[in-house]
Amino acid sequence: MNPATLYGLLACALVGIGLYGLAARPEPLRKILAFNLLGGGVFLLFGVFARRGAGAGFAGDPVPQALVITGLVVSFAATALAVALALRLRDETGDAALDAGDGKAE
Amino acid sequence: MTAPLALDAALALLTLGVAAWTVATRQNFAAVIGFVAYGLLLALSWQRLGSVDVALTEAALGSGVTGAVLIAAVSRPPRAAGRAAPPGPRVRLAAALLSALVALALAALVLTPPEPAPSLAAAAAAHLPELGLGNPVTAVLMAYRGIDTLLEKIVLLLALLAAWSLAPDRFWTGASAAWDGAPPGGALTLLARFLPPIGVVAAVYLLWVSADEPGGAFQGGAVLAAMWLLAMMAGLLRAPEAGSPLLRRLVAAGPAVFLAVGVLGFALPGGFLSYPTGFEKPVIVLVEVPVTLSIAVVLGLLVAGAPGRPPRKEGQS
Repeated sequence: MNPATLYGLLACALVGIGLYGLAARPEPLRKILAFNLLGGGVFLLFGVFARRGAGAGFAGDPVPQALVITGLVVSFAATALAVALALRLRDETGDAALDAGDGKAE
Repeated sequence: MTAPLALDAALALLTLGVAAWTVATRQNFAAVIGFVAYGLLLALSWQRLGSVDVALTEAALGSGVTGAVLIAAVSRPPRAAGRAAPPGPRVRLAAALLSALVALALAALVLTPPEPAPSLAAAAAAHLPELGLGNPVTAVLMAYRGIDTLLEKIVLLLALLAAWSLAPDRFWTGASAAWDGAPPGGALTLLARFLPPIGVVAAVYLLWVSADEPGGAFQGGAVLAAMWLLAMMAGLLRAPEAGSPLLRRLVAAGPAVFLAVGVLGFALPGGFLSYPTGFEKPVIVLVEVPVTLSIAVVLGLLVAGAPGRPPRKEGQS
């Protein structure tokens, strides 16, 4: 097995873990985290395809790499907005889902 | 199994374990810390895949600045209130099965790659001398696919506008209250005095070498934003008011210069976003400097979040 395949399988598993977290965790913050785990897996798949497309003296195809850099910035913007929405939701409804503890202490 | 492959396998297993822990742990704070560690491990994976530009971006943005947003969110004072009920065992089992199915389908794709692998590397390399660039990723971001980068700047602006719009009306044009009342600790203040000069040099370096080496506007901007945030967290700088004209100009400068250069391209044969022949490199640097500043300011403001206190009155300081 070459390293690109190994990281490809890692990326697939990360997508699976992220999807499960997105579906199975009810708290908004945990859904945001799971979505970012999923995104990390998708980006890593791009890295594997970039690695496979190595040529012209480069370690990887630069086009997927540039797409991932753009994607990382957009995913950060989406995450920051989602966190701002969740915080506002908490202020409006008193939902404790963003608190540091596990919510069972009260 | 050779030694480097064993290293890769260990890194992959560690990343998987941290990802599973991030989903499974009961404590929200622990989950956020797990996510930051996950981002750093992913950056190592990117480095192992030969994508140093992406590794830098993942470490600075995906792990660092995103982590700052999430830690700020879980560190708000707790409120006692109701809590969403977790789904029952059947729903979780179904979610697990379907997620595994998606992962297996993707794995089948990874294990049966097309031969030969599709690649645009040769096409990206062909025009590098004309652009005066040695780093093909920078060439794709700033020249071949400049329109993606321009649109992404607009996405950052929209995200900032949306985050600001979540503030109650009385706080509109006010400043973020994220770090109000935090007593400046000795270690943090010391760090916030020592690190920014080094960080600013590192950011300028990342931007400047991106012509030929890994780096770029995003990575440099993220480092600048981190230095600004550090100074604000330590109480050395005030959080800026959303209504400040200087702040708004800084936020708009990058996209505005990029857009202006793009529109000037209509005067050239290539049309929108084409650069004048022979002046590609100076034009790219001209665009990258304000873009880096705008990225830094927008990232910092997104971490600071929606305004949390009313704007100061005129003449009151």
